[in-house]
Amino acid sequence: MTRAPMSLRQRFYVLEVLSGLGLTATHFFRNMGRHTARAFGRKDARGAVTIQYPEERRPYSPRLRSLHRLVRREDGSPRCVACMMCETVCPAHCIYIVADEHPNPEIEKVPRRFDIDLGKCVFCGYCVEACPEDAIRMDTGILEFSSYSRGGMIYTKEMLLSLEPAHADGRPRSPIPLPPDRTP
Amino acid sequence: MIADLGIAFGRVAFVMLFVLNLGGLLTWVERKQSAIMQDRIGANRASIFGFRLIGLLHPLADAIKMLTKEDFRPARADRVLFPLAPFVSVFFALVAFASIPFGDTLHLAGREIPLQAVTLNVGILYVFAMLSLGVYGVMMAGWSSANNYALLGGQRAAALMISAEIAIGTSIMGVIMVYGSLNMQDIVRGQGQYFLGGWVPAWGIVTQPLAFVLFLTAGIAATKRIPFDTPEGESEIIGYFVEYSGMKFGMFAMADFLETVVIAGMTTSLFLGGWQIPYLGADGVRLPWGWTWALPHLVVVLLQVGAFVTKVCVMIFFMMLIRWTLPRFRYDQAMRLGWLGLFPLSIVNIVLTGLVLVLWSSR
Repeated sequence: MTRAPMSLRQRFYVLEVLSGLGLTATHFFRNMGRHTARAFGRKDARGAVTIQYPEERRPYSPRLRSLHRLVRREDGSPRCVACMMCETVCPAHCIYIVADEHPNPEIEKVPRRFDIDLGKCVFCGYCVEACPEDAIRMDTGILEFSSYSRGGMIYTKEMLLSLEPAHADGRPRSPIPLPPDRTP
Repeated sequence: MIADLGIAFGRVAFVMLFVLNLGGLLTWVERKQSAIMQDRIGANRASIFGFRLIGLLHPLADAIKMLTKEDFRPARADRVLFPLAPFVSVFFALVAFASIPFGDTLHLAGREIPLQAVTLNVGILYVFAMLSLGVYGVMMAGWSSANNYALLGGQRAAALMISAEIAIGTSIMGVIMVYGSLNMQDIVRGQGQYFLGGWVPAWGIVTQPLAFVLFLTAGIAATKRIPFDTPEGESEIIGYFVEYSGMKFGMFAMADFLETVVIAGMTTSLFLGGWQIPYLGADGVRLPWGWTWALPHLVVVLLQVGAFVTKVCVMIFFMMLIRWTLPRFRYDQAMRLGWLGLFPLSIVNIVLTGLVLVLWSSR
């Protein structure tokens, strides 16, 4: 690798150091001024470009693929007909469905079990694309689900059915479902 | 008798508490100042009953964490020297501040109290002796860890600190020549004179600008902090304290902060007029055009102590600014800067100062 030769000013070093110090000092005093203005009530003054994460969130994109939810019919039963399309298309094999007869003869089937192992899920969204009934969506806006064990990452039908779509600005409407082994 | 003891105790306690508290506070200053320089907020999560106090509780949380951590000693480490090394580092950094004056002589109830922990007529030499002895802590740590990387790190640190201290010693020769004393208090008093018809205070930075730059550079190198942190390099270079954990590791970090305070105090005393405030004499304000404002003795002394503390804090701010601005020197670059840059330039400074002094006195 060939480097451009340094100019005399750069070789002298002290002037370059001073200009660097000037830059960082400028940032320091500008930010201190903004922090002070904020402390005195100017809420529009921001001394930092970072986001204070848990209290303050950046707006999520409407296309964000977040935690899955199962869409309900008007009577509250799942819209899913247990056609196994999502389980088949899932590249991570994280969906597990057990089908059952639906009491209504016009509806083909109903899932008795619908488990998603979020420890395996890669959030590709293929299940949403594959679903012919629009029964599974990834629009809850929930990203912070965690567990102390692998079993705690398996979300059941009831948990997925209880979730609501996110607000228009991306904030989740439902609380984060707590797996059984996680104490709040 | 008891009053004398109490006064002596008070002087030492002031210096000890000042240096220790400032050193402890520097962990907070380092986090917050770097954050604000980099458009961040900085550590602010530690809280007691929901009060965060802009992150001021983080040094406390650090101390609790380090004290409760496992204190691990490698199986082949030296039983005596291994635990002793961090104490040696911290001890000499702490006592180095003793002969730096933080105020003028205080006349109180018929007594003369020198505002200085120890009144030494060779104060400068004492500070350098203590700072140089700090090298032993580093070398002991490297040697006693029974780890080749730690040993090499200790060697690197010792080489760097010695090259820095040579430059420190030679760069202040000019100051000693100008003010004609090895007593720190006399040097600070000498900086109370004025130049150019009483307008410019004869601070060391005015009479010895080159020495100021050299001293500050070498001083930062002696604290082993960025840009001269090749001995440690917390994140990537294996340094002399690689085998240390818990509070022993914390003491090495603390020694660096204490050395920062000592170097800031030295710079203040030698180059920034120490406790002197421009145009503030022993009996009040006296401006160059003759306007005077008499102040009581106690107020003057308090103002001067405040000025000293403020100057030290400003110097620490500046050293932190350097630490968070410049990239690290490669080891050979740091050594070359010390031996081929700072040292010859300080010799040149001595010669120039001598010439100027001879010409000045023969006028």
